[in-house]
Amino acid sequence: MALEEKYKVLLDTARSSGINDLNYAEQDGVLQIRGTAPSADVKNKLWEIYGNIDPNFATGDVVMDVEVATEVPGSEVRVITDSSNLNIRKGPGTDQPIVGKAAKDEIITLISKANDQWWLVRTKDNEEGYCFAQYLQTV
Amino acid sequence: MELKRVFPMLMMAGTLAVAMPSCKSKFSDADLKAKVETVITSHQGITTSVKDGVVTLEGFASSDAEKAQIETDVKAADKSIKSVVNNIIVQAVPPAEISVNTVDESLAKGIVDATKDFPTVQATVKDGVISVTGTIEKAKLVILKQALDNLHPKKVDLSAVVTK
Repeated sequence: MALEEKYKVLLDTARSSGINDLNYAEQDGVLQIRGTAPSADVKNKLWEIYGNIDPNFATGDVVMDVEVATEVPGSEVRVITDSSNLNIRKGPGTDQPIVGKAAKDEIITLISKANDQWWLVRTKDNEEGYCFAQYLQTV
Repeated sequence: MELKRVFPMLMMAGTLAVAMPSCKSKFSDADLKAKVETVITSHQGITTSVKDGVVTLEGFASSDAEKAQIETDVKAADKSIKSVVNNIIVQAVPPAEISVNTVDESLAKGIVDATKDFPTVQATVKDGVISVTGTIEKAKLVILKQALDNLHPKKVDLSAVVTK
């Protein structure tokens, strides 16, 4: 319960921001949090709050995986790399050959999710392949 | 009394008796029920019935706070609601099992992908705990942490990471 107290603001915000399937439990000394946010903005807000409570995430108190409801097959996503291009790969892994690139801020289409980390996408130039989902954000 | 007087009185009473029940509030019970149902749609397991503007709530909530919140939300649904009878039962439900990945081999593959863009960072995994060392720009730390958390490890230990 101690961790739930420490991260109360995070959990309360998640609840009141429309994360209806919020689920959390303290397991082996770590607060595991799962849920689906209605938008990328809500997800980002939660991460900001988490980072304020635990600067640099140094304590390792929390493992939080919040998905975004709008990131579904057929939806459009924006490439949110820092400044570089995002590699489009033949398969879901960094060991897979690169078949194309998407530029920062480019809007591409999410075709399907191979898993949480790798999504099959198609660009407007019809390049199709897998991108690391961390660098894609629903529009 | 004379019959002449009684009769009009009976007529009046009769008219009123007929008129009163049909003097309904703005919404019918069916309309109110529909409105209340849209309010509670996100709370599974709650049922409502409405009679003469009185809303009765039944079902289960996970806490007193949730039970009270539902009542407040329902009351605010329409001013025609006379009152709310809250028969919701509070039943603390243990949360669904949260999946944690403790298979080091699959976590190891995941951390290779997650750290690909951070050449100055090294990550290892043992017994489901991901340990990270090296340096990383402060602004990029959240990207790395999100990518590692997505793998559902037991723990992500960033205590040895230096931010610049």
